[in-house]
Amino acid sequence: MPLTGIEKRERDRELETSTSCLLPTFCWGCARNPREIGTIIRSLGCCPNEGELHDLIAEVEEEEPTGYIRFEKFLPVMTNILVEKRYRPIPEEILLQAFEVLDPTKRGFLSKEELIKYMTEEGEPFSQEEMEEMLSAAIGPESNFIHYRDYITMMVIDEN
Amino acid sequence: MGSGASTHHHFAFQNAEKAFKAAVLIQRWYRRYMARLEMRRQCTWSIFQSMEYAGQQDQVKLHDFFSYLVDHFTPSSHSERDFLNRMFTEERVPRDSEVEKCSDYESIEVPDNYTGPHLSFPLLPDHATALVEAFRLKQQLHARYVLNLLHETRKHLVQLPNISRVSTCYSEEITVCGDLHGQLDDLIFIFYKNGLPSPERAYVFNGDFVDRGKDSVEILMVLFAFMLVYPKEFHLNRGNHEDHMVNLRYGFTTEVMQKYKTHGKKILQRLQDVFCWLPLATLVDEKVLILHGGVSDMTDLELLSKLDRHKIVSTLRCKTRKEKEKQAEEKGKAKQTSSAGSLSPWFLPQSRSLPSSPLHLSSHKTHKTGRSSSVPSSILLDPRGLSRQARRSVDLELERCRQQAGFPVIKEKEEPWVFNPEADSAAGDLLEPSQEEWRQVVDILWSDPMAQEGCKANTVRGGGCYFGPNVTKRLLQKYDLQLLIRSHECKPEGYEFCHSRKVLTIFSASNYYAVGSNRGAYVKLGPALTPHIVQYQANKATHMLTMRQRISRVEESALRALRGKLFAHSSDLLEEFKKRDNGNTGLITLSDWAAAVESVLHLGLPWRMLRPQLVNSSTGNMLEYKSWLEDLAKEQLSHENIQSSLLETLYRNRSNLETIFRIIDSDHSGFISLDEFRQTWKLFSSHMKMDITDDGICDLARSIDFNKDGHIDINEFLEAVRLVEQSCSEGNASDCPQASNAKGSGSWPPTEDSLVSVTQVAS
Repeated sequence: MPLTGIEKRERDRELETSTSCLLPTFCWGCARNPREIGTIIRSLGCCPNEGELHDLIAEVEEEEPTGYIRFEKFLPVMTNILVEKRYRPIPEEILLQAFEVLDPTKRGFLSKEELIKYMTEEGEPFSQEEMEEMLSAAIGPESNFIHYRDYITMMVIDEN
Repeated sequence: MGSGASTHHHFAFQNAEKAFKAAVLIQRWYRRYMARLEMRRQCTWSIFQSMEYAGQQDQVKLHDFFSYLVDHFTPSSHSERDFLNRMFTEERVPRDSEVEKCSDYESIEVPDNYTGPHLSFPLLPDHATALVEAFRLKQQLHARYVLNLLHETRKHLVQLPNISRVSTCYSEEITVCGDLHGQLDDLIFIFYKNGLPSPERAYVFNGDFVDRGKDSVEILMVLFAFMLVYPKEFHLNRGNHEDHMVNLRYGFTTEVMQKYKTHGKKILQRLQDVFCWLPLATLVDEKVLILHGGVSDMTDLELLSKLDRHKIVSTLRCKTRKEKEKQAEEKGKAKQTSSAGSLSPWFLPQSRSLPSSPLHLSSHKTHKTGRSSSVPSSILLDPRGLSRQARRSVDLELERCRQQAGFPVIKEKEEPWVFNPEADSAAGDLLEPSQEEWRQVVDILWSDPMAQEGCKANTVRGGGCYFGPNVTKRLLQKYDLQLLIRSHECKPEGYEFCHSRKVLTIFSASNYYAVGSNRGAYVKLGPALTPHIVQYQANKATHMLTMRQRISRVEESALRALRGKLFAHSSDLLEEFKKRDNGNTGLITLSDWAAAVESVLHLGLPWRMLRPQLVNSSTGNMLEYKSWLEDLAKEQLSHENIQSSLLETLYRNRSNLETIFRIIDSDHSGFISLDEFRQTWKLFSSHMKMDITDDGICDLARSIDFNKDGHIDINEFLEAVRLVEQSCSEGNASDCPQASNAKGSGSWPPTEDSLVSVTQVAS
């Protein structure tokens, strides 16, 4: 059911308050760094991949690359994303299946080397920093295996 | 190339594609997780920072209150005069002749059983190194040596220009360090990692050496010692915390008095002078400008090099020449004089929110030379234009305060008393900076960079301005510079570039807000003047944690502090919630909650984001605010185990009260006399709009003094506040959730045991 004008305004206002509260960078109407938009979008509940994010940034950036993003441009784009429910977060089961694809023999775990290989060579590769951070949370310093089911459960609990 | 092979290839391709997709999925999910973590980190940071700045603002406001009093209060009796005189004795600029006296420290004997470091002058490099080592072993330097060192330091500083110049021709590398704030561990680490100062290794320390941390004294001793040993290579810039008025609030004064019970006061006096003599900025190879805060669109390096920096005792309060001329005019005139040089300050009814802080002191000169930043025009008043009506209401208000405070109303037109120990001689004028000079210094010590173009008043701090990239660019061009290095702001990584890498913030106090909150950093400049940054974090424990764990810990500290602050404003919050609860249902929406909280606390935080962590119980979109406040109170109660009304008042007022207490306690003994207490209490309660009778105050004063020795110490003082406010609010007791606990709680007068020392809450 389409929103009435009043409801739309309410929603926009709510979104504006949430978004402008999110990062100090938006307080004065423009973000310092386009990459920070990624952080904002993700923390609003959306889960785009890097390619989709790149496209989004292109959509909201200024024509001349001033390095800033204006809130007036960002707001309608973001609103659309939320309304259309794009880039929904990934349900646990799908995530599990993804890990299982990488573990075809269904051992229930991935070795550290395997994880590193996949994450840094496949898909939209992690930077070294990202890889290190993921490993530090996923496994103890002694261990060499990531039991991905447990890992997922742990991360999901963390978030909530 | 049979069908078998192509099928095999087909499968292989499909598998590769699946693996690719799976990887993307996992990466996408993980990046979102990290983004949310980053958001929490930023929130936490905002919490700490906004609370820090709110505290600074408070300080400025408090100062304005007293300044205004001094400027406009015409004491009608000797006792009043003495009282005010004593309150501001700290501000007196010591005469040079006094300070030259060496007999200061010479008369102090160092006992035989003293096991700390010994100093002899002239200092040698080994002495300085030994000092660092001694402090590392937690020894304390004897007062005699402290005073001796301060004496020598002053002698050295007096010869230095306002802007020190360093060249990479002599020292090949120059290391610049930012705020240390009494964190000796960080200083020791820097020397350990980067090397001790030497003719080949120059250092610049960019202000804010003291306050907040617990080893400010030791840091100063080390810095001064190295400065004496390597005068050409070791440089110090003044920060906004190198200021005795700021030190009263932020812990340095307390630290000195605790460590040096007998000679603390003398040490503080000498330090007040030494701080004024610290250079204002350093210039490296005429290309890199290093100063503590920032710049403004009015910053004038020539003026800054020429002014007499010693005149600027405190950047919080300026008794400028303009004011003095006005006061000279006042002689023989009625009490109702024009408030030239002062504006309707914030605490009087007709003015609004902005404090008449360093920013807003105006003179008629300001209109011409005023900064381009937008200062609200309603605040800027031409003294001649100050309407009689406005003036009259100011005086009426003052009259009211006086009456409430119990001071007799002045019926006669007495000769106004001019607060000025130097009396009215023209020579007195030479001891005061001009308005413009003072503002220039405030700007470089208090300003912060911002992303937007332009230059506007720094209302968050109450002093200096926010300066944009165009201001930086213009300044660098004007003076042919390539980089501005400043400190003043804590940064998560210990440093931050902005304005297209033309401004570098460097901050050297790691874990400043809480353990794990931030790294410290220092920057090295070689002959090419390319900045090379080194980061560190002086706490091994945090290294073992994952980012999530680190962030969670710091977040928890921030939230705890925030909850404390919310609790401290319970009554105000209740009022705001009620306003938004039209049907008196006891419920408000969550957005109303956020709006209400912001209108009370003024912290500019993302309350909607923080809500899940601050509000546990909410049915759907509505919140039962009374029970939320009760939950807050319960949490604070169980945490501190103190009666709630005490907590609320203390939390809210502690910093202010302590500061007031310390100002009154001019000999820093930790005690004030009953009489001083009564007089101050009268002033304070009239400002706080608390009604209390004269008898009430006398009784109070007498009963606070538990051990009946005619003196009150600070704990007793704070307890007094609590009880008076409780008795005043008993009428509203039923509304206030925590007051229900207050009745019949605790006996009066309280016993020694029930006086608990409240832990420091970030104000």
